Amino acid sequence: MGSIWEYANPVKFIRTAETVLPWVSILATVTLVAGLVWGFFFTPDDYRQGATVKIIYIHVPAALMAINVWFMMLVTSLVWLIRRHHVSALAAKAAAPVGAIMTVIALATGAIWGQPMWGTWWEWDPRLTSFLILFLFYLGYMALWEAIDNPDTAADLTAVLCIVGSVFAILSRYAVNFWNQGLHQGASLSLDKEENVADVFSTPLYITIAGFILLFIALVFLRTRTEIYKRRASALLARERLG
Amino acid sequence: MMPDLGKYADAVLSSYIVSIILLVALVAMSLRASKKARAELQKLEDRRRG
Repeated sequence: MGSIWEYANPVKFIRTAETVLPWVSILATVTLVAGLVWGFFFTPDDYRQGATVKIIYIHVPAALMAINVWFMMLVTSLVWLIRRHHVSALAAKAAAPVGAIMTVIALATGAIWGQPMWGTWWEWDPRLTSFLILFLFYLGYMALWEAIDNPDTAADLTAVLCIVGSVFAILSRYAVNFWNQGLHQGASLSLDKEENVADVFSTPLYITIAGFILLFIALVFLRTRTEIYKRRASALLARERLG
Repeated sequence: MMPDLGKYADAVLSSYIVSIILLVALVAMSLRASKKARAELQKLEDRRRG
């Protein structure tokens, strides 16, 4: 088996994406549809939350992805800063819109779920607030990439922004543990049997989470490949202009 | 087939609809951008080869 750094080669990355993408896309679709259909149609109502418990199959995977996509971006940004592999910077850029959409879904479904359960759409609760700030970081990150013409400078500055934003990604995950006040409950999934949601809800939830992860992998392969195409096209255009 | 969502039908259905629309839009935009970038690159490479 070759080194992971082989994939820093754009040609090798594109070749791998061509092979992996169809399979991951099919697997993501099947898993996502299976998890959501199971969760929506074949799970009972919760004795306290009624039918709103079905929102868990979207809200929890989206929230997990919102935080973990940022951590993936952090790792690839650090690889860029340390080893200067362009593909890793482009992978971080490619992942950002996916993370931003996941954050919007988590915030929107959280508000929709919160209204009947807490009696309010929004509360300046530690987890909700840190999530909103994380969303703003996603927007800022994407705007920074677009605002700077030189791609290497853009990659450097967005990598630094990503490191700073990681504080809020961590806060989004652990805010409930740091501060006791606030409406948001603790983690829905836990190794502690007492805290974990019941098996009847958790099995389709794990399947949906797997679907969201696979969808993310497929989208990152697709979007990173797009970024490589764009980078190659601008290099060819620059060469044409030079004559 | 449709589960009885009772008084929470609006909340549950709107959560699913909003999320599915966003996910489908994200996938569609990513596919479109990929297709466009590939075509652009192909055009430039063809021009370069003459």
